[in-house]
Amino acid sequence: MSGQVRVGLRSVVAYQADPWAALGDPTRRAIFERVAARPRAVGELALELPVSRPAVSQHLKVLKEAGLVLDQAAGNRRIYRADPDGVAALRAQLDRFWSQALATFKEVVEQDNEEVS
Amino acid sequence: MTTQSQPTSVRHEVVVAAPAERAFRVFTEQMDRIKPREHNLLAVDVEETVVEPRAGGRIYDRGVDGSECEWATVTSFEPPERFVFSWNIGTTWQLETDPARRSEVEVRFVAEGDQRTRVELEHRHLDRHGEGWEGAREGVDSADGWPLYLQRFAELV
Repeated sequence: MSGQVRVGLRSVVAYQADPWAALGDPTRRAIFERVAARPRAVGELALELPVSRPAVSQHLKVLKEAGLVLDQAAGNRRIYRADPDGVAALRAQLDRFWSQALATFKEVVEQDNEEVS
Repeated sequence: MTTQSQPTSVRHEVVVAAPAERAFRVFTEQMDRIKPREHNLLAVDVEETVVEPRAGGRIYDRGVDGSECEWATVTSFEPPERFVFSWNIGTTWQLETDPARRSEVEVRFVAEGDQRTRVELEHRHLDRHGEGWEGAREGVDSADGWPLYLQRFAELV
């Protein structure tokens, strides 16, 4: 665990199980795109992006908490890759997305209907 | 209340106290009030979400800096009964440019009275997003999350 950056509890909780929030940050999205293209180590990402190594580690931790990436030890490095359970994860996200959207839709349509009638 | 779902689809329905015409119009004209805010692939905040009301029309977010993200494309626009669009965001949260690898959302508006409409939504063919992506092979067999989601949705409606 040496060399890892600790992420404050609050940010971990905020992004947990919420890939959309985790990907709301452009740097984090750039990191995720690279990791999704092929597995990479923290050092590689830090070389490719204008971000420090500790910052990359922190972003990866958030992506991991959101269920977007998995990591694996390879010697003294950690290799990150996109979570392979892609379709199931997408389905879970869309399930939540449409739950929220329809709940809001019901509010909006009934509110507007009251105003009209 | 939620109905039964296939492994590669998501289905929800909701009953609203409004005529079908109004329900259809609100759904298609006020998408940016309905769509969860954090759902955004742009680098900036969303200024508005636009639905072009015709088959072949684009559904896109316009960012505060004028950039656009076409995350869906209308395939059927049949007021007040049916609205279908392709879903252009894949498993890695990238825009999918190949139509064969997009999933599909169908929304049906079923009139149950002058002031009552059942809205049925099915987001299907999710497996299309997995084609060609090696990780998708194990993607469709874990249904662990369902009971919790179903319960949550029941509480919302």
